[in-house]
Formats: sequence, structure tokens, C-alpha cells
Amino acid sequence: MAPSAAGAANRFGFGARPTDLRSIGSDPIGWLDQQLNGDAPGVGAVGLQSSSQVLMQVLQRKQSQRAATPGQPLQKLGQLYRPIYLAEAQARLRSAVESERPWIERLVHFWSNHFAVSADKLAVTGIAGAYEREAIRPHVLGSFTSMLLAVEQHPAMLLYLDNQRSIGPNSRAAALRLRRHSTAGRQPTRADINENLAREALELHTLGVGSGYTQTDVTTFAKVLTGWSVSGGPGDDLANAGRFEFRASWHEPGEKTVFGVRYRQDGLEQGLAVLHTLARHPATATHIATKLARHFVADEPPPGLVARLAHAFLDSDGDLPTVYRALLESEQTWSTEVGKFKTPTDYIVSAYRALQVTDGDERRSFATFELLGQRPWSPGSPAGWPDRTEDWDGAAALYKRVEWAAALAARLGSRRVAADLAPAVLGRRLSERTRLAIGRADSATQALTLLLASPDFMRRPA
Amino acid sequence: MTKKNWNRREFIVSSALTASAVTVPRFAWARAPGEGRLVVIILRGALDGLAAVPPYGDPHYANARGVLALDKPGTTGGVLRLDATFGLHPALGFLHECYHAQQLTVVHAVSTAYRERSHFDGQDVLENGLRRPHEINSGWLNRALDSLSGAATRDAGIALGNNVPLMMRGPARVAAWSPSRLSDVDDDTLQRLADLYADDPVLSRRLADALANDAIATDASADRERVGKREQLAATLQAAAKFLVRREGPRVAVLETRGWDTHANQGADSGQLAQRLRVLDAALREFRFALQEVWEHTAVLLVTEFGRTVAVNGTRGTDHGTGAAAFLAGGAVRGGRTIADWPGLGPKALYQGRDLTPTLDLRAVLKGVLAEQLGVSANVLEREVFTDSRPVAPLRDLIRV
Repeated sequence: MAPSAAGAANRFGFGARPTDLRSIGSDPIGWLDQQLNGDAPGVGAVGLQSSSQVLMQVLQRKQSQRAATPGQPLQKLGQLYRPIYLAEAQARLRSAVESERPWIERLVHFWSNHFAVSADKLAVTGIAGAYEREAIRPHVLGSFTSMLLAVEQHPAMLLYLDNQRSIGPNSRAAALRLRRHSTAGRQPTRADINENLAREALELHTLGVGSGYTQTDVTTFAKVLTGWSVSGGPGDDLANAGRFEFRASWHEPGEKTVFGVRYRQDGLEQGLAVLHTLARHPATATHIATKLARHFVADEPPPGLVARLAHAFLDSDGDLPTVYRALLESEQTWSTEVGKFKTPTDYIVSAYRALQVTDGDERRSFATFELLGQRPWSPGSPAGWPDRTEDWDGAAALYKRVEWAAALAARLGSRRVAADLAPAVLGRRLSERTRLAIGRADSATQALTLLLASPDFMRRPA
Repeated sequence: MTKKNWNRREFIVSSALTASAVTVPRFAWARAPGEGRLVVIILRGALDGLAAVPPYGDPHYANARGVLALDKPGTTGGVLRLDATFGLHPALGFLHECYHAQQLTVVHAVSTAYRERSHFDGQDVLENGLRRPHEINSGWLNRALDSLSGAATRDAGIALGNNVPLMMRGPARVAAWSPSRLSDVDDDTLQRLADLYADDPVLSRRLADALANDAIATDASADRERVGKREQLAATLQAAAKFLVRREGPRVAVLETRGWDTHANQGADSGQLAQRLRVLDAALREFRFALQEVWEHTAVLLVTEFGRTVAVNGTRGTDHGTGAAAFLAGGAVRGGRTIADWPGLGPKALYQGRDLTPTLDLRAVLKGVLAEQLGVSANVLEREVFTDSRPVAPLRDLIRV
């Protein structure tokens, strides 16, 4: 099947605005291809803080509160974080709704979900948005290795997967702790590793589950990553607070073997070397290729397509635009007719793009995402949101979309003509049945509801 | 929702589906054979079984658990005694009452056939009922339901939550329900949508299911608006109760709760995990109340993908482990028992030197529950539900006759 403008806008972007299909015209692949040129666009909103600024604020607030009212409970972290989180979510939404390069925005969401943190964990709530802007967005048109390194050293990931206090059992810090406790006559608390980050980095971020690594690889990699922490503890340089900090005295000394490769270097270099190796491993290439193909093509992507993307990944040393272009140029990408059900985020953003609105202020748009089942940056697990149709098209989920569509249409129905909007945003993909239903609707509001709740709009047309 | 609205929705549902008109009989639930209810709560993230069911009588317990060890029964913050070996976490007061009322059976050192430590694969095996992840795209509970007579003409089960978890996916018709805070869509629009979906069989069925369920649990939806996030589980269980008390309602409900992945600052008698357990316990208490006499015919099964490390890690938490605990509670349960072939917590007894060694295949429990509570035949259990589990004999006498 020949690529259509509506197919390109929906499968690779966040749906069409009323004028988009006209500007995509007869060359949808060209429209997508040229979005890959240049750097990824930044987030337009002003006043967003970096993750280190946010974490610095937390630190300063803790210190001033301690000084002012010793013994008093600290102000709840959630109160500080919530407005930051909401502003970030709103900025992300606006970027997606207003984007002229919507494929890049989809890629930002894809990678942010591949390297998921979850704002459900309070330590991450205030920096989840900054994490995406700092560790994901700048690298979506760069190399996988750079993104991986940025992610694993970002405070949000270190805090989310509990690596910030992972200490080598034979490190200098562990020895010191033992001595200090035995001098004080207390039972020593053992300094030790936390293997969470190491496990998920292997299982989810790089090689993928079932690629053959063992529990020993996980434990050893966790030792490699000991000392990968976040600055801001007692004795740290305040100017550096909230940034990545390698604590050499926490690092488990000695050479280590991870997944069959021996790493003789020590210290920070050891972890960087492991990540470099993992980033180029064929299992990583296949893992990433499968996820990309599943996301943009089909729940069970054609094996030939996955192989082609994996080759592009390996041959280009993980140059992501090369992989994306292989996806665009593959005949199977366009010949696989699927109509994946949109995720709640895709659905909301595509409705906003079609209608050229948002739900209003940040609280209201947050409520929308929560209601439809996809709170920003809150997949609840490091595996991120699931990506198959059956994960999203449940009866209750569908019905909420219908209810939301009706509410949105009730607000806008009189100002948007569904009969004109439908062909403008769905193009050749507008079915006859939907067109007729819109035409026969008993009110402008009902017509708009039917458009937004139609199968054509709920699914991503091929 | 108004009464009028309700009736018109029934019309829409029955016209959208050929088979099942929705009827909502309101008479009291009376005991009838073959009408036992089963509720499965999936605890995602790997609940620490040694924290929930501390083996305080094990001579290695205190040493092996370190800062996570709880005090002996009878002390403040100490474990709630079950027997000379096992207790319950102090936050589990309701479950403790159930135990002493012979309505709780605790299963320990139990696991699925999965022996790696990935949450996602572990949950897949927990739900698919086979030996390995991703072997089949349906769940053991759905396959069991599919074998029951009557499953074709009514929703045999319901999943509470936005989507249906793998455990409940498969050939049998199941319903899904989750609370909503939006106002109703008018019935004319719904009717037109049902027509609009005629060419899309999946969406068509989903819409019909949603409308049928919406009519039943609307009251619970209103409750939901008043509760905070912390009580979400309780609210979902309240909604589940509204379905389960209906005589012609689903016999099986599945719901899930997250947040058991306590890698850091797990806490002992207080703290993060204690708080989660307290919320779970309180939700179960309210659930029993909401079920009223149906509780007497109900079994609630709580399962998780695997256990956690015996020793505390470097961040006062626990990492992914193997042997876990499971719970079977309810009036239908022949409780007051702890089922465990206890492997011990001594250094040499641990699985790979770090985890509680599993000594019981969880499918033995699942088979026993399905056989006794739902009447699934041994033949179906072997051939369709847990296809490669012949060596795993079902546990007997889990349910009261």
C-alpha cells in the first residue's frame, strides 16, 4: 500500500492539524525524512528548571527548614514537586500539539518510555520532565550510545532505580563504615550494592530479557556501577548539587567481567566501558529494532523488518537517524496494514491537534491524561508503558475516551464543523461509514463526538 | 444516572450484542451450588513474602533479615502470631483475624516455574500459567473460565481496571470496568456510535461491554470521586463487590495493585512496605463488609511474581528474589493454616545463596482453588489451563465443602 499523508501523520506523528495533510501532499516519506535533519527541537516553554536546579532547591529548603525550626517535620517534597511536574507535563503537551516536526516528538516519547522513570516515585516526580529534556530529547537524533550514557548518569534514573546509595562491599567507604560502627560499639550496618539499576539496564535498556546474561552478570554490573550517585550529600560541593557524582570511595575496586567481557579499567571508566560495549551489542540492536518496529508498525512486527533495522543499528554504530530512515524506506513498514489503537497520549494529542485546542490549564490537562489512563511519566514500572493494542483497547478504556470526546465536543461543537474537519485530518483514511454518521448527526456536538470516537480516529491508519 | 437512562442502556447493549441482554436482578444472594466466587489480586512488583509472612521462629530469621527483621509476637510492632514458626506483618490485622476465624490460608516458599528475576517475564509466567514467559497470549484464569458451562452466554469474569490483564485474556468472554469521573454520554449518541462501530468488531464488542458494566457499578464510580489515591484499591474492591453480589454476575474478578518493588528503604514494622500492607489489609476488610453474605462463598487469592532477597541490600531494601508467599482468604476458604515445606533461612538453604528456596509450585495452589472453588475438572486443568504441569499435583481441601 502506498504511504498516505494521513498514514504518515498518524503512524509517525501525533495526527494531523487541519492544514497538515495539504502540506504533506504527495510525498509523505519526504515529509518524515526531512524532519530528521538538524538537532531535535527544544521545549518551547519558558521558566522550566533543570534537574539540578530542582534538586538544589530541595536541598536548600531542607537546610533552611532545619535551621529555622529544628525538630519540625520538613515541608512535604510533594508540595514542592507538584507544580514543577505539572508545568513540565504542560510544556510537553504543548510541544506535541504545536509541533511542526511531530515525528521527532513521537520519538522523544518513544525513547522516554524506553528509558522510563516513573513519577509515581516521589524522588523522581519533580525531575521526570527535566530528565526527558536533558537525557532523552537532545539525543533522539544522535547516537544510541550518547543517549544511554546520558540516561544512566542522570540523577532521575539513578534515584529512580536506587543506585545513588549503592556501595561496594569492599570499597573504602564500606571499610570506614565498619570501623566507625565498631568503635561506637554498635552492630555494623553492612554497606552493599543495590542491583536494581544494573538489572534494568541489561534487561530493559540494552540487551533485553532472555539474551543470556546471568544473575552473576547483574550482580557484577551492579558492582561496576557502585559510586554512580547524585551530588548533594553531606560534604559534597554545594555548587555541584543535583548533578551526577562518581563517588570513588564507594566504588567496588578491581577488574570485573560482565557478559563475557573483562574490564580492567577501574573507577568511573569501568562503567562507561561496560555501557559502550552494551550499546553496540547485537542483542541490543535487535531489542531496539523490535521495539521501534512494534511502536511504529505492528504489535508483532515482520521479522524481516526487525532484522533490517537491527542491521542499520549495528552498521551505523547506533546512529539513530540511520535506523529511522531504514524504517521509512522499508517496504514492509508501509505494506503492513494494522491500525494500531492509539495510546491515550496519542489519542489526546491527536484530538487537540485536530481541534487546535488544549483542555486549558495544566491542572485540567493533567486530569485528562490521568482519566484516560496515562499520567505523564508515570508508567509505574521501569519497563515503561506497554505498546500493544490489547494493552490499551479495553472496554473501560474505550468508554472513557468516548466520554471525554463527548465532553470536549460539547465545549467546542458549535465552533468546529466536523464534516469539514473529518476529511481535513483523516484524508483518504476517512471511512464512508464515519463520513455518513457525521453527516447525519443531530447536532454539531454530536457530529464532533462521532468524529473523535470513530474507529478511524481511535486507530492509527496505515 | 437516572432510572430511565439505565433502562435505555440495557436496550443499547442488547441490540449491540445478539446474545446477552443485561438484567440486574436485585434479590438477595442465596447459597447455590457452583456459585462460589473467586477474586484474584495480582501484587505487581514482587511482594517481600518474608516481610508479609515473617518466619520469626526460624533460628536464622533475625540474623538473615538484619534491619528488616520484626520483633517476636507479643511485643509492640512485633509479628502477629500464626503458629510457632510463622506470623503476619503487624499491618495485616484483618488477615490475622481471618486466620483465627479459619478464613485465611497462608502459603509460603511458593513460586511459579520461572527462575529468572525479571518482573515483566515473572508476571507473564504468573499470568499465563505455563513454565516460560511469552509462550501463549492467554491467561490461566481465562482458560479455566472458558471451560465452565454458561461461560459463553454471560460474562464469566471481570477485570477491574482500565484493561484486562493477561491472566484474564483469552477465549472466554470477560468484562472490564474502571471508575470514571465524566458525565454520561447521551444515549442517542451511544446508539449511533454502536452503529458506527459495526465494521470494527473489536471496538464494537468493547463498547457493548463497557455499557453493560457501567450500568452496574455506577454507585461505586460515585464513591471513587471522594477517595484519594491511597484508597484506590479499596474503591476498586468496592466496585468488584457490586458485581460479585449479583446472582447472575461474574463469578471471578481480577484486579491488580502495584508498588511492591521495595528496593530501597523498605522499612520493617513501619515505613513504606508497612504502609502498603496496611492499605491492602484495610481494603480487604472493607471488601468483606461490602460482600456481605457473599463473602461466605468467596475466596480471595493474592499472588505476586516472585519473592525478594533474604538479606537487606545496600539501600535498606531488598532485590528481586525467588520464593514468595501467597494468601487465600475468604469465607469459602478452609483456613487457619499455613502451608509450607519450609526450606529454612540458613546460609546453605538459600536458593543461589540469596533467595528463599521455593518448595512448592504455585500452580498446585491455583489448580486446587480452580478445582474446588469453580469446579474446573482435573482433565481441563491438565489439558487446557496449566498445560505442562502434570507433575504438579493440586493441593487438596483448600476450600470448604
